[in-house]
This record gives sequence, structure tokens and C-alpha cells, in this order.
Amino acid sequence: MTIQFKDESFRGDFTYANSPSNIPRFPFPFPGDEYMYSTNIEPHHAARAGSPFENAFDVDEHYVAEMKDRALVLADDPGRCQALPHMETAGWDFLELVMVSKARDYPDLFKLTMDGDRWHWINKPLQIDDTFTFGDSSTLPCHPMEYIGRQVQGDHAILDQRDGNLWMDAGIITAQADWSLDFDIGMNFFEWHAPVPLAHELGVFQRALKFLLTLPQGQPSRRLNWTLTVNPRLDTSPENYPKWGPDRMTVTPENIGEKVHLRVELQTFWRLPRSNAILFPIRTYLMAMNEVVTQPKWGRRLHRVMRDLRPELVDYKGLSRYHPILVEWLSQFDDGAPTSPGIFPD
Amino acid sequence: MSESLIEESILSRPTYGTLKIVPGLAHYFLADASGAECVIRVVQELPRDMMEKVHILYVPTPGEAALITSLYALGAKRFEHFPTIDEAVAKLGEWLSDAKMGSQLYLAGTEGLVGQGVAKGEACGLDHTAVQCEHRGSLARRVQCVHCKTMIEDVTTQPVKCPSCDLLLLVRDHYSRRLAAFQGVCINAEDPSEEIEIKEVFK
Amino acid sequence: MSASDHLIPVVVSNVVEVNPIIKRFEFKHVNGDELPAFSGGAHIVVEMLDDGTKRKNPYSLMSSPFERDQYAISVRRDDTGRGGSKFMHEQVRPGMQMKISAPVNLFALDLRARKHLMIAGGIGITPFIAQMAQADKLGVPFELHYAARSVSQAAYMDSLADRFGDHVSCYCDDQGESVDLETLLSNQPLGTHVYVCGPKGMIERVVETATSLGWPAAHVHFEHFLAPPVGEPFEVHLAKAGIDITVGAEQSLLEAVEASGTPINCMCRGGACGQCETVVVACDGEIMHNDHWLDEEQRAAKQRIMPCVSRFRGKRLELDL
Repeated sequence: MTIQFKDESFRGDFTYANSPSNIPRFPFPFPGDEYMYSTNIEPHHAARAGSPFENAFDVDEHYVAEMKDRALVLADDPGRCQALPHMETAGWDFLELVMVSKARDYPDLFKLTMDGDRWHWINKPLQIDDTFTFGDSSTLPCHPMEYIGRQVQGDHAILDQRDGNLWMDAGIITAQADWSLDFDIGMNFFEWHAPVPLAHELGVFQRALKFLLTLPQGQPSRRLNWTLTVNPRLDTSPENYPKWGPDRMTVTPENIGEKVHLRVELQTFWRLPRSNAILFPIRTYLMAMNEVVTQPKWGRRLHRVMRDLRPELVDYKGLSRYHPILVEWLSQFDDGAPTSPGIFPD
Repeated sequence: MSESLIEESILSRPTYGTLKIVPGLAHYFLADASGAECVIRVVQELPRDMMEKVHILYVPTPGEAALITSLYALGAKRFEHFPTIDEAVAKLGEWLSDAKMGSQLYLAGTEGLVGQGVAKGEACGLDHTAVQCEHRGSLARRVQCVHCKTMIEDVTTQPVKCPSCDLLLLVRDHYSRRLAAFQGVCINAEDPSEEIEIKEVFK
Repeated sequence: MSASDHLIPVVVSNVVEVNPIIKRFEFKHVNGDELPAFSGGAHIVVEMLDDGTKRKNPYSLMSSPFERDQYAISVRRDDTGRGGSKFMHEQVRPGMQMKISAPVNLFALDLRARKHLMIAGGIGITPFIAQMAQADKLGVPFELHYAARSVSQAAYMDSLADRFGDHVSCYCDDQGESVDLETLLSNQPLGTHVYVCGPKGMIERVVETATSLGWPAAHVHFEHFLAPPVGEPFEVHLAKAGIDITVGAEQSLLEAVEASGTPINCMCRGGACGQCETVVVACDGEIMHNDHWLDEEQRAAKQRIMPCVSRFRGKRLELDL
């Protein structure tokens, strides 16, 4: 398999777009016609060739451009990548997991050679060729979490496990849906989820935590989460809210199809072996409404989900300003026909 | 001075209890003028021979002396007072760096003082769940501007203008123990022309 | 999904008689592959095929977390137990193929600690051997205080003293020695975490002493011996499967459910992790809750059971399985 990496931007002129062949592999997040919170966790084992669930860490046509965008964010705000002092072992665990997985799943793009603790890593798309000593941070240009975090799509949080809770003690977070690592670092599972409405009352977090605390090594899990973003912007951080907030005022019935993007997070959970921490990759996929509705099943279903979305969620997800015109626009793609179960297009 | 009345909120927002002496090898107290009476209340109940284990740090209101006298009169092994929270918290760090497991930390007063005491305790190796906190006095908040990272002290209004980047910030209930601060996020980022009334709410 | 569904095939590479009651077993992957990395304090579940009975017992890994070519566990022979340790001692020989689970850690070091203070009793030494290798490599101060019945029963004491010098102290009952917990726990720098693994009484003494000296609960860690108790046989009805099963005297309820082919989640098999928590549909009798998972209120309500360690006595027990 050869991937043609695109040269595109997630800011400024926003040249990001999905190739026609990339659209059907989008992880559409709604398995049914209505949406409400659920823990919706399932095993993250290889599923459906060509889908984003096929490999441990999905690499797609946006890889190189996303890594460039991450470098821009980190140059501007180094606080987006932070690790509390006890998280170095976990950083090495993360590095190992990504290198071993990518070299196995994409042998034409990545190569890892291990000679005891001496490791040789080649990342062809990013033109990296490094040799280092596993476990010795002085042989890398930076913290192991940052080193590998600059080479893997998606944000990555690392959760320390102790006292029957998980603690957000490290992360490289440059493409987030409105939460601040600098503010949340050091919080426990309930604290960093505190601002989320409704879910606490439903017991969603209690169940999720209980599940994650016993997550076994070698048996990762995944779930999908979603929101909407105006323009294909990866960095929708609270830090930069004054930069992207005004975009929400620019949505009109005429431009909604190209402006509004369905933003899906493929969240996976991995028990890390040496640190006993949990790696929490949050991989973001963006797709313009015009691209979503090329799949008739998705157009119908998205209309129904948006039309029936609870007001608290409309508000929490920041959709209030353009929600009515979005529902109106989507209605033209909903002929009332039934939709098939599951998330994949017909 | 009334006892703390903090409304129920989200799970990251700290809640406070009432100081109560628990078993320990040493007892460290940090209070400001609003919290001094809590320290006096619990320490004066202690038997004389326990005073060898008591260490008190105090941040008085400028010009105030009566509480300093009362706290001094408790007869703690060490009693020091400092004009600012920063200096008192730095001294607490010095004391705790020589402390042993079994040391208890008690904090009383405004949220800014309590929060910074908890953060210092944690930095010295004392889990935050082991620190006793009693809130007294003003509900003024310490706020981090999420945009320019400026720490704004004694915020009483909603919203508040960031003195550094001039953005008008919504003060959220979301609280960071590490920063000892609430989060401030631009309230009119989507439509900067929107006029928002500033109200005094954290009294 | 359950940890024990993903077993690793291993070959017994060595069996060493450490003393008259303890044997060490070493395992290598059947293909010579590296075994999964782990952290000090982790255990594996060993599957034993004992004359038609499938038994699965958890044992702490004692090998260094930095060595992936083999794992080592130590098993103390318990003739009054369910027969797992007896099977290991009598039947397991070098060259035998067995299956083990991936490592699970319910007794991890708190990596924020300024210092790790470890207190071991008897066979409770094993998780600390791996943890000391980890702490040593990370350069974090640690101390081990190891109590045993006698010098001859203090397994691994000599090799630990050789490796870690005065980080290690041993106390033998028959010499009249014992750990002075009060003094020990009164002289630890702030930021120390204490870990205890050993008999129930020892764990209780450490927890009580630490609490009375003012140690916060978050700094006190303990691991109970994980061994399902034996008991009288009993009958259980599995409501979803629509079958009745019998739990043998030396079998756990979890093992009996597994033997019936009914799906059930599980991980630690020692009443600690909470994975196998099962809803009780009907209960006319007494549940012997032997776990460390359910709280007092949940136990009294008789609406939940941990099949890995808990048993039943009475007329009818019906589970949502």
C-alpha cells in the first residue's frame, strides 16, 4: 500500500480536504439515528481492511501535513507538551508502542531495528533516521513522549494509575476540541471531565473509569467521540479560542457545506507495560459536510442526529450559533428512508 | 466572619471541610487573617506537651496585630508571619523539606491561600487528599487566563478583564489544583463586539 | 473479554528448590520470543491442567522487569490449599509446556514517591524483588524490611543482600527479631510510600501503625495474598445460560463457570481487580464474600458477588450469567 501524502493546511487558507477515496474510510461516529452519551467502548483489534480500525495507529493521507501543523503549534506554545517528572518511563512505553506498531503495520514507511537497547528508527515520510538508547533520554533530542508524539497523528495523553483513579500526568496536545493540557495536567479522571454536562449524572465516567482501571496489557480498546468545527482547523484549543471562535459567526446557508466539518475523535486506550500507565490517543478526523453527504446513509443519519440533539449538548459542543441552519441544510439529504445499522457507508 | 458558603458545583471545584486535629508526628498550619480563628480554635484545645509538634505560618492583613498576638500566644514550637502568601508558602516549602511522613498540614482562609498551600504540600511529597482545608473569608478567586497564562489574584467579578492581554474572561468553576487557580476563558471570542456587563459575584 | 483469554504459551525452563517449602519456576516463550515488558509488583496467572481440572492461580513476577527473555515466580507449598501450589511443586518439571496470562499490576510502585519503603513477610517477598530492580534502575531510594520464620526460610535473602547491601534488612522469628514498625514508620522523609505484602496480620499491623502515626492512606499500599479459599461444594444456577453447575470443594466459582463454557470477565482471579463482579439474581443463603472489592453495604445487599474468590452456602444461588 502506498499513501500519497497531501500538502495542505489546517489554518490560514485551509487547503485541507479529503480525497474521494479517503471519504468512505472516515470513522462516522453514529451507529444509529439518534445520539446520546454512552461509554461505547469496544476492543481495538484489527477490523475491516482499509478502515481506520485496521491498524493500531492509523496513518492516512494527512499524516505529513498534520505533523507540520503540530510543529507550528509547539513552536508557538511549548506548554502544549508537558509531562510531570514521574512520567518518563511512560514516555518510553509510548515510544516503543508506536515504533513497534508502525514498523509492523507500515513496513514501507517505517523501520525499527533493535540491537538490545540500541534502537535505529527510520521514518520515511518525515525523513527521520535516528539511533538512540532505549530508556536513556539523553540520547534523544527531547522527552521520549515529545519525540514520538511529533511523529504520530492525533493528540496523546498519558494517564498514571494510582489510588483507584487515573491521573492526566502527561500529554502532547495540539489538536484538541477545546480543553487545555496546561490547565488539566495533574487532574484525576473525574476532575478533567468535570465540565462535561449530563454524563456524570448518567454514570458514564464511573463505568468508564472502572473499565479502564482493569484494562489488560495487549488488549487495547477504542471509542468514537465527535463534535463540529468550523473550517478544518486542528488546533481548536481554549488557548487560541479568540482565533477560532469568530469562525462560528461566518457560517451561512451558502457556505455551510464547505465550512462546517464533522470532527471525529478515534480514542483508543492502551495499557503501558513498564509504567502501568494508560496511553490515551485521541486521533482527530475532519470531514466537510459536503464530503459527508456524498454517502447517502451518512447524510440521512446526520440530519436526524442533529435535529434531535439535546439542547445541553448543542450548547456544550458550541453549535448554538449555526445549529438551526445546519439542520435545515441537512434536511435536503434526508428522504426519510431507513438507514442500515452500523457506521460504515452502504 | 461567616463560615464558607460555597455552592455545589462541578467535580473539579474544590470543597472544604472543618479543621480537626488528627494523629500525626508534627502539625503544620498556614492561615491568613480570615483563617486565623480556625487555627486558634483547634490549637488551643491541644494539650501543652503537643505544642512541641505545632508549627504555624501566618499572613496577616496589613496593619493588623491582634491576631498575630493571639496566634503567638498559642505557644507553638515555631510561629512566623509574612506579609504575602507567596513568602509564607515558600517558608512552608522550607519547613516541609525537612519533614517526615506523619506530618499533617492544615490550611485555613481564602481560596487562594488554601490552594497554594495544597499545591506546595503536593510538591513536597504530601498527597493532596491528606491535607485539611477550611475555607473562610472572601470568595475572591485566583484565575489563570487560559490565553496568555497570566495569573490574576482576587477576582471578584464575572467576567473579569485580563490585565495582561485585555481579553474579557468568563471565570469558570473548572479548577486546577496544580495551578491553584480557576480557569478564565474569553467570553466574547466568537463576537468580540458583544457587550457584556461586569458584575461583582465572588464576594 | 478477559485477560486469561489471551494466554501466552511458555515452556518451563527451570525449576529450583529454594528451600523445603518454596520452589522457583522459570518460563520462556515456546518460540523463544520476548515476553511482555512489565512493572514491579505485577503478577501473571498460571494455568494448570491437573488431571482434568483446569486451575488458574495468580503469582507475582519476581524476575527483573528489564529482562524479557524469561519470567520467574516462586510458589510456596500449601498442603491445606486448593491444590494449585501442590500441583506446581509435584507435577511441574523443566521442559513442560504451560500457559500464562500477560502481566497485570495491582500492586504498582507510586512513581511519584521520593522513597519506596517495602515491608515483606515470607513469600510476600516476591513482588518486591521485581520492584527493587525497578527502583534501583530508576535511581529512586528504597529500603526492604523482610520478615521470615527462620534464616532457612528467608528465601532469596542472601542474594538480595549481595545485590542491594544495606538497603535490605532481614528479621527472623526464631532469632526473636521483628520489625520495629513504630520506629521505622516514624523516620521516613515526606514523600515516602510504604508497601506491604505478607500475611494478613502483618498487613493490618503496618496499616494500623502507619495510620496512627499520621500517614495518609494514599501513601500506604498493600497486596493481600491472592488465593481463592477452599470450602464445601455448592450448586449455582446460571440464569442466562440456563444451566446448573456444581462448584467443587477445591474449585473456585469462577473456575466452575469457566469449565461450563459460560463467558465471564476476569483478570486478577484474586478478588482485587473487580472485573468478574457478577449480578446475583436470587440468593437464598449466605454468600461468603472473600474479595477486597465490594464494600460492606454491597456485601450485605447480596446483589453482587466476585466469583473468583467468593463462595456460597444455602438453598439457592442464581447468577446473571
